[in-house]
Amino acid sequence: MASTDSTAEHSAPGRVKAIAQSRAIWPLLALALILIVAGFISPNFYEIRIVEGRLFGNLIDILYRAVPTALVALGMAVVIGTRGIDLSVGSIIAIVGAVIVWRIKMGDPHVTILFTALAAGILCGMWNGFLVAALGIQPIIATLILMVSGRGIGMLINLLYGGTDPSFESAFLQGLSTGSIWLIPTRLVLAAGIFLALWLLIRRTALGLFVESVGGNAAASNLAGVNARVIVFVAYVLCGLLSAWAGIIMTADTHTSDPVSVALYIELDAILAVVIGGGSLAGGRIYLGMTVIGALVIQALTTATLISGLPPEYNLIIKALVVLSVLFLQSANARNAIRGLVSRKPS
Amino acid sequence: MIRKFALAGAALAATTFMSGTALAQTIGFSQVGSEGDWRPAFSANMQESAKEYGVDLKFANAQGKQEEQLRAVRAFIAQGVDAIIIAPVVVTGWDQVLREAKEAEIPVFLVDRDVDVEDKSLYVTRISADFNLEGKLAGAWLAAESLGDCKVVELQGTTGSAPAIERKGGFEAVLDQFPAMEIVASQSGDFTTDGGKKVMEAFIKSTNNLEGICASFAHNDNMQLGAIQAMKEAGLKPGEDVLMVSVDYVPAIKDALDAGEANASVELRSAVGEFIYPVVLDYLKNPTELDKWIVIPGDLHTAD
Repeated sequence: MASTDSTAEHSAPGRVKAIAQSRAIWPLLALALILIVAGFISPNFYEIRIVEGRLFGNLIDILYRAVPTALVALGMAVVIGTRGIDLSVGSIIAIVGAVIVWRIKMGDPHVTILFTALAAGILCGMWNGFLVAALGIQPIIATLILMVSGRGIGMLINLLYGGTDPSFESAFLQGLSTGSIWLIPTRLVLAAGIFLALWLLIRRTALGLFVESVGGNAAASNLAGVNARVIVFVAYVLCGLLSAWAGIIMTADTHTSDPVSVALYIELDAILAVVIGGGSLAGGRIYLGMTVIGALVIQALTTATLISGLPPEYNLIIKALVVLSVLFLQSANARNAIRGLVSRKPS
Repeated sequence: MIRKFALAGAALAATTFMSGTALAQTIGFSQVGSEGDWRPAFSANMQESAKEYGVDLKFANAQGKQEEQLRAVRAFIAQGVDAIIIAPVVVTGWDQVLREAKEAEIPVFLVDRDVDVEDKSLYVTRISADFNLEGKLAGAWLAAESLGDCKVVELQGTTGSAPAIERKGGFEAVLDQFPAMEIVASQSGDFTTDGGKKVMEAFIKSTNNLEGICASFAHNDNMQLGAIQAMKEAGLKPGEDVLMVSVDYVPAIKDALDAGEANASVELRSAVGEFIYPVVLDYLKNPTELDKWIVIPGDLHTAD
């Protein structure tokens, strides 16, 4: 016992250094900074109350609104881990939304619709996985096909019931999205469960290792006996499934299906969350926890911009600037350059 | 193959129409395409109301392509129709074909979008809705309802889009007349339900549960529907605590008006045949100089 204590003392400066070099510190620092700045903009930013039987406040909003992006980003993290990319996630959400409203108008039981919607997402994922894994099409092109056609497919599904009034009411589905369990929004509880399940799947089975090995070097892992095609296929199916869950949340949230504009550009936010979380588009790495932090950074920024009172013309510029600074801090080259400048000054 | 078939079909349709009604005025209508919800409804209304006005309408769908539209207009000229109505795909590139129509002494009317031509005499008039007026109407209703004393939160459409700019401009022009009326928060909800809901959630927090806010003005109904949900989830009563006024008059806002959760919506009409045909037919009977823009009014609908 005594020896462990002494090593801890000895390594204290080493630990500070380790933290400074850890990839985790920069996104967390960025998140903290955004929240501090938001506190200056709006004095009651941190206030949390109980309204209509659930927690209510800006901090809850950030968690609450980050859920769809975080879910999609987790799927994206796995796909990017295989050295792939999935541009079709927004279109999958559009299709899932259209399927939900179509089946509701057809009078299906709402519990069945939940599974129909998840099945639609899995089917989309299988299509992407087939193009990438079986046909060997470049992921960016393969998923571009569903990205551009998916919203059209959603509009065609809307036509199946007339499509003039796509709004609906469903206590069950809306409960999953906007309801609450013991003051905590249901979607947060469910998202935590999904995260845990995915973490166990990736980190407590060999799947994560296989994905990272395929992403690192597909040929080598094939020689080592890993069936790269199956792994890649599974990654896209997972991404489709997670996107479908995001689609269920978003559709139930707005009580309507809007295939043209729902989750527009969510693929970019998801990729961004993965990258802010330390993932590399070159594949071979999956950081699930950090990806969620990445999604929170993006949402904290969005919420802070909305309450800032700035004209909407600035929204995207601010986002770009903050993202640039986070990535700048994450870049070892940039940090070394700054350190070089600072240490040179005294001499 | 498909194009050939479509052309043959169009030619067949044209000949049957021509032989069918010799006395009626023959009008060619070149439509942009069939995108969205609004335009197919617009096309259907033009075709249905043509019958009511005894017009022999030749309908050509340009499928979003200007070259298709130019071909259709030249076909109308060749057939010697009495008038041509164009819903332009794009604003530029019209001088030549409009000159051909003028030489053939066929009057041209524009609907929906504008064209950019140097010689404005190339067309008779443009008949369309006025986004700016829609904003003014919403503002005027709000001024009357609040007796000119109102702090407003605004949900803007997609930043930089024509309806967003014009509706905002019209609304602000009315508010400027009332010193006690002002927009206290304004953000873009991108014309979507989702966007409107997120923006309203942020407004609810930044204004301490919409304290002192008397109205929400949304550039379209979808955003307002999202805002209504956000307010309900925060325990507020939209329509009672805060006046809700928006533009479009989609089916879902009718339900919200009936439920008392929305207060007013300015209609963007798709049933515009009753505004377009009288202007065209009057001009054919009695060709006089018309204003270059005839505005189709958007009715303001309230709960009652």
